[in-house]
Amino acid sequence: MTQGQYLAAAYLVVFAVVLAYMLIIGLKLVRLQREVGQIARLAAERDPAPEAGTERAPERQEIGVG
Amino acid sequence: MWSRNNAVPALAAAAGLLVCASIALIFFWIPEDADQGISQKIFYFHVPIALTAYACFGWGALKAFLHLWRRPPGADLESYVAIHQGVIFGALTLITGSIWARASWGVWWAWSSEQLVLFLVLFLFYSAYFMLRFSVEPGPARANLCAVYALFGVVLIPISFLAIRLANDFIHPTVFTSQGPQMAGSMFFTFCVAWAAILTLAAALYHIELAGKRLDVSLRELRERLA
Repeated sequence: MTQGQYLAAAYLVVFAVVLAYMLIIGLKLVRLQREVGQIARLAAERDPAPEAGTERAPERQEIGVG
Repeated sequence: MWSRNNAVPALAAAAGLLVCASIALIFFWIPEDADQGISQKIFYFHVPIALTAYACFGWGALKAFLHLWRRPPGADLESYVAIHQGVIFGALTLITGSIWARASWGVWWAWSSEQLVLFLVLFLFYSAYFMLRFSVEPGPARANLCAVYALFGVVLIPISFLAIRLANDFIHPTVFTSQGPQMAGSMFFTFCVAWAAILTLAAALYHIELAGKRLDVSLRELRERLA
């Protein structure tokens, strides 16, 4: 190998490792996104949102002031 | 309003700019070394990567110390991520150093060089940190054990750093002496830009990985609450 090829190899190794690291982080983000979706579905099943047009009972009662 | 999350895109952009600037300086501006030729340009990434690995291990040990002293929430996770970064940069130091040694001196590795062996010991010590971490159940006991281990390793950093001066072997000529850097001004400037680039890159990757880990922990807690 020539000196230039050794130089190219050294720099390529650095960039390959950084790219591989970013790929791993990207895959992890995809997994986290999927988990957020699952948790959102789980939460929706436990506490279903009110249907359109229906109103929820008020949480606070009206009281007279003064 | 400025928050910790705003730092990540800013750091990533700064890292990208600095890496591009350092590559331009290394390949288009600085002259070739009269003694080693073009392979000497490995120095501009190899040494900053090694110094960044030391910085990551040091940061991990500092966070471990804070965990044992004041117990702020998240210090254990921060220490773990910093050591993870240190091991990645440590591996890169060993690989680029080995290629440089082969190009300049015709050997991939020299067991007689104290500097190389001490850096390998430091790297293996912190690699074993993950074996310890993943062999203990998550909880306060694991956090304490890992913090103590990370603190022990920090002793090796000054020994490894000073070995280059004490050993005085043929693999590592001393470039930074008490008289200042033994290189041309343009070379020293390029070295500083490359070091800033690698440090900023490490900081960006540290914050990205830490954000992912924190999100992972929050999701796990949320899932347990919903189950």
